[in-house]
Order: sequence, then C-alpha cells, then structure tokens
Amino acid sequence: MAAVKETIETVQKLETYAHGFVTDIETEYAPKGLNADIVRFISAKKNEPQWMLDYRLAAFERWQSMDEPDWAKVHYQKVDYQDLYYYAAPKPKPKLNSLDEVDPELLAVYAKLGIPLKEQEVLAGVASAPKYAVDAVFDSVSVVTTFKEELKKSGVIFCSISEALREHPQLVKEYLGSVVPVSDNYFAALNAAVFSDGSFVYVPPGVRCPMELSTYFRINAENTGQFERTLIIADKGAYVSYLEGCTAPMRDENQLHAAVVELVAMEDASIKYSTVQNWYPGDAEGKGGIYNFVTKRADCRGARSKVSWTQVETGSAVTWKYPSCILRGDDSVGEFYSIAVTNGMQQADTGTKMIHLGKNTRSRIISKGVSAGKSSNTYRGLVSAHAKAGGARNFTQCDSLLIGKTCAAHTVPYVESDTASAQFEHEATTTRLSEDQLFYAMQRGLSQEEAVALLVNGFVREVLQELPMEFAVEAQKLLAISLEGSVG
Amino acid sequence: MLNIQNLTVSVDDKTILKGLNLNVPAGEVHAIMGPNGAGKSTLGYTLAGRPNYEVTQGVVDFNGEDLLDKEVHERAAAGLYLSFQYPLEIPGVPAMTFIRTALNAQRKVRGEEEMSAPEFLKTIREVAKTLKIDMDMLKRPLNVGFSGGEKKRMEVLQMALLQPKFLILDETDSGLDIDALKVVSDGVNALRAPDRGMLVITHYQRLLDHIKPDRIHILVDGRIVHSGGPELALELEAHGYDRYVNEAA
Repeated sequence: MAAVKETIETVQKLETYAHGFVTDIETEYAPKGLNADIVRFISAKKNEPQWMLDYRLAAFERWQSMDEPDWAKVHYQKVDYQDLYYYAAPKPKPKLNSLDEVDPELLAVYAKLGIPLKEQEVLAGVASAPKYAVDAVFDSVSVVTTFKEELKKSGVIFCSISEALREHPQLVKEYLGSVVPVSDNYFAALNAAVFSDGSFVYVPPGVRCPMELSTYFRINAENTGQFERTLIIADKGAYVSYLEGCTAPMRDENQLHAAVVELVAMEDASIKYSTVQNWYPGDAEGKGGIYNFVTKRADCRGARSKVSWTQVETGSAVTWKYPSCILRGDDSVGEFYSIAVTNGMQQADTGTKMIHLGKNTRSRIISKGVSAGKSSNTYRGLVSAHAKAGGARNFTQCDSLLIGKTCAAHTVPYVESDTASAQFEHEATTTRLSEDQLFYAMQRGLSQEEAVALLVNGFVREVLQELPMEFAVEAQKLLAISLEGSVG
Repeated sequence: MLNIQNLTVSVDDKTILKGLNLNVPAGEVHAIMGPNGAGKSTLGYTLAGRPNYEVTQGVVDFNGEDLLDKEVHERAAAGLYLSFQYPLEIPGVPAMTFIRTALNAQRKVRGEEEMSAPEFLKTIREVAKTLKIDMDMLKRPLNVGFSGGEKKRMEVLQMALLQPKFLILDETDSGLDIDALKVVSDGVNALRAPDRGMLVITHYQRLLDHIKPDRIHILVDGRIVHSGGPELALELEAHGYDRYVNEAA
C-alpha cells in the first residue's frame, strides 16, 4: 500500500509542478561559501570596473554586520550561507555573435518552458501576436537577450546587467543602488555583494518601448543561490512594460533566491512591471522549495511619473517580498496589483509600501490572497504620507480567500500620515470558498477542480486584467494548477 | 427515465425523506407539491448530489444508470439539471464565461468536441432574445446584483443552452412577478420534449397554470402521500394541505 501511495503522490507531484525538471549541463562553479575572495571572484568573472568591485566589497562588509530579519510571519530553517554556491554558470562558450550559437541544450530548456529564444520563432507565431523580447538568465548568468538590435533602433537598451556594466558603466553607476541602497536590508546587502546577473533596461526620453520586455529566470544548479539584480530606467516621458517569469527544478533542499529590482521613473515616465513567479514550492510535506527573499522598489522620481506593479505569486516555499513605490515627484502615481496563492505548506508574507513624499501623489493597492492546504498567506503593507505630501490619496483593497479549514490568511496594514490633507481608504474582506457556490458550479457540469479554478479566477479577476494579455492566460492556467487537490 | 425507490435521506443526522417512491417517464412533466418543510427542496438537492445530503436507503435509476453512484458533475453531464430556488452569485465570472465553461465541461465528460466560440455566441444570442435577456447582462458576473427575476431567467437560459435530459425546477416561481413568470414559463415550456422529463417543485398552484403537469404528487413529511392528475392542483388551492398533513400524522 505504501508503495502505491508513494507512486500516486510522485505522479501527482509531477503533474502539479511541470517545470521541475533538471538539465544536465556543464556548469562552472565558484568555490562553495562566502567571503571577500568569492566577491572578488564574481567581479573578476564579469570583468567589472574597479568601482563595482569596491561597491560589492563594501556591501559584503555591511552585510556581515547585519542580522537576518525575523519580523515576517514565516518560519523556515535558516540558510547556511557558507553552504551555498554563489556563482554557477553554464560552461562558457566562445563569445556569441548570434542566437544560432547559443548552446542548443540551453535553447532546449527554454523551449521546454515555452519561452521563445529564437526571434524567428516569435515572428513565426500568429501574425497578430505582439512580439516580446526576452533576456534569459540561467543560474547566475544571462545566456541570451533577444531583439536587442531592433530595440536599439528606437534607442532602448535591453541587456544583461553584466553587459550594461561593460557597455554603459556611467548609466549603471548613476542609478545602481539609488533606489535600494546597500544598507536597506539584509538580503539587499547580500545581493549587492554577490549579484551575478539580471536585466538592465534604459528607455530614452520620449520613447515608448516598441515591445514588451521580459526576463526569464531559471535556477538549475544544485545548492546554488540566485542573486538577480535588475535595473530599469524610464527617462522623461518614456514608457516600458516589463515582465519576469521564474521556475526551478524540484529538489529536496531549499534554495535561496535573493533578488533586488530597482525602477526609476523620471518626469512623465511610466513603467509597468509584471511578475509571474512560479519557483518550485516544495512538496506537500514542505520539503524543498525556493526561499524567495526579494527587494523590489520603484522611485517615481519625476513629476507625474507612474509605476505599476502587478504580481502573480504561486510558487516558492517561503516568500518575503514587498514591491514598493516612493512617490517623490508631485502628482506621481503608484499601483500594486497582487495575486498571491499558497497551497500545501507554502508561506507567503507579501505586500507593498507606498511612500507619499510629493504633493497630490496617488496610490492604489489591490491585493488578492488565496490560501489552501496548510499554507499561510500574509498581506503586509505600509501607506505613509510625508508632511509635504499634501493631497496624497490612497485606496487599498485586501481580499483573502480561504480554501479548506487548515490554511491561514493575515492582513497587516500600516497607515501613517503626517499631513492632514491626505486621504487614505482601506477595505478588507476575508471569505471562505463557498460550498454552495462550488455545488452550484458543479451542478452545471464542472468537476470540483474546474469549479475551484473558475471561482478563484473570478476572485482574482480584477488583478488578472492588469497583466499583458498573453501572460494573463498563462497566469490563469497557473492558478488552476497551483490549486489542484486543494479541496476535498 | 427517472425512477426513485424507497429514498431515505438525512441532513445533519435529521431524516428528511422517509422512503420516497416516484417514477417520471420521458416526455412527462410531474409536479411535487407540499407544505413547507415536507422535503421538497431536499429531493431536488439529493438528486443533484449536494454534499451533506446523506442517502441512507433507496435506489435512483436514471436512464438505466445508478444516479447516486455518480459525482455531482457527472450527474450534470448525464443530463440532470437543477434550477435553484436561490441561484448563487459568482463574483468575477461573467455569465457568458460561466455557461460556456459548464457546457464544454459537460461535453468533455461525454467525450464530445467543445462548442466553438462563434457557435456558442450564436446560440446564446438566440436564447437570450427569447428570454428578454440583454447581451450586456451576460458580460456581467453571473447573478451578481441581479434581481430575483433576472436570476431565474438566467437559470432558464442555462438549461436552454445545456439541453439537459431531465429538469428539476425548485420553486422557480418564487420571487417572480406575473410578467417574469410568463417569460420563465414560456422558456421552460419550449424545452418540453418527448425525450425529456421534468420535475416541478412548487408550493403554489400558480406556476402550474403556466407549466401544465401531467401528474401531481403531494409530498408530506418525507413521503408522497397522494398522486393525481392536473386537477389536484386546483383542489389544493381551494382546500390547502391540511387534509393530507392530518392524514400523514
């Protein structure tokens, strides 16, 4: 019986996490553990300028004096930072001149994940389908970025951050760490010291980026941390829409992903940043899975600038993530749309911070938490208005949906205002997935799982609508898969 | 078509149906009438397979198959449709999406092809017109903020699209004004067919003026205590259920 049960569970696991495969690819590692020499090793690997190495070393020193935060409502076995590899990269090939020279094994990985890395594949699709450029990050390095030439024609720079450090050092130097300083928090300091790759985007003044940009993060190697660093700058009057996706193999040990994402929006600029996060969540007993400890922040630096965060979080064993907006420019706008789904033993502590500094700044927060299994799902948010932020407005809506009786949902909103003229509204609801609604949908012909998926999709629809069309469809499927077996 | 024998059902350890027998042949419309608390709605819910409605005894044969052995959605795919007395609101799911998802889910279980989007749109447009349902309403989340009458019309719209073999109408007249009652009844009558059976559950005779039954059964305290032709409804309207309640007691 035990063997039968195990087989059933194994098969179920395979079905529920489709991206759990491992690719056998020749990988180059830095020695295990973390010290100043490892930081030097990473910097040297990337032929970085001296100032970058100095920045990293200062961050490393700072990190050593900091403590891991413990205020989030998550419990996990602490990471042994000396037992990790901080750099893992597919064995280097001679410098690539075109996409055709990318290791076919790597192309196969992305094909399996449904990510088109060949430009002609995207073009060969449906005529009306919009193009999107992809930067593919495999473990610690970016393996390829598509549509670079076409983007260059409109002046948009889209490349890996390593390349940006070599090709556009002044831009990187000017903006790196200007939104999330090294000292911001424990994981941000760690990231600053050891980040290995990520994406860099610069959209020049007045340019509307002609296609969606996206980065696809893949963790493959064992015992490896992924430290991604992304920097997006929209200059005056520019617009860009960017999407990131993430997957990892199923492994029994926990893996660390500590990313830092910085967005800068200048006067009248607008950035739309969407995430579909599907890191391996661990098995039903909570073994394995990714620790997703991420710092994402946008600086609405110029007047009338706008940043919109949309996230669909279904993966990871533990999530600690608060994409935020500093509304510095007068009349700037920050938005946060979130769907966080937890099932099994997953824990998520996620939300946002809207810091109103400028006059008449506005923000909007729509958070939809869905918890099932024995999972725990916390919304944590801060809305604050500085004394000079006269006329600041915020609307927050936090809805939680519980599936079953063993999960938990928490809402922790902080509201601070130093100006009498700020108007903050907060609405929150918690509901259990209704047996009656399920029965009604099933009576019309939907299986239990189809009924759950339909009702959950209805619950999160407001947020799904914020995603670019083709990713909304993906996200919808992902929600259904993440909640399989959550009822009954 | 639908044959129920000795059906005994408890809900939360309370026995509601106590050995109910009923046979509805294909092509016939039967009405179940009875006082409040007799078990009328319980019968509908039990046939549809509502959780917590525990069948402790009895057999239900539906077109030669054991109905009680099937899951809720399998009963639906087999052609059983329950029109709810209080249709549920489904936030965030447009009515059109809901119905199309349900239709294709049923087709999948039956091993049929999905209905194409243009064909579905054409069909729903025609049916909506006869039921005086505005197409804009079908883009709104199903039943959310709809009036009682609108909800009942949506129930009829769904049955017209799903084309079930057997219909159970649970108090379909409740909450309807006279105009809405006419629209809804016309919609139901349009579905009368030689290969389709119907069970109309109602407290009042009023609905039966519009949907004329072939047989009427009186349900009191979990059992059918009397059966007769359409004339029975008029007698009940004149004299009430007292006689049957007293007999049962």
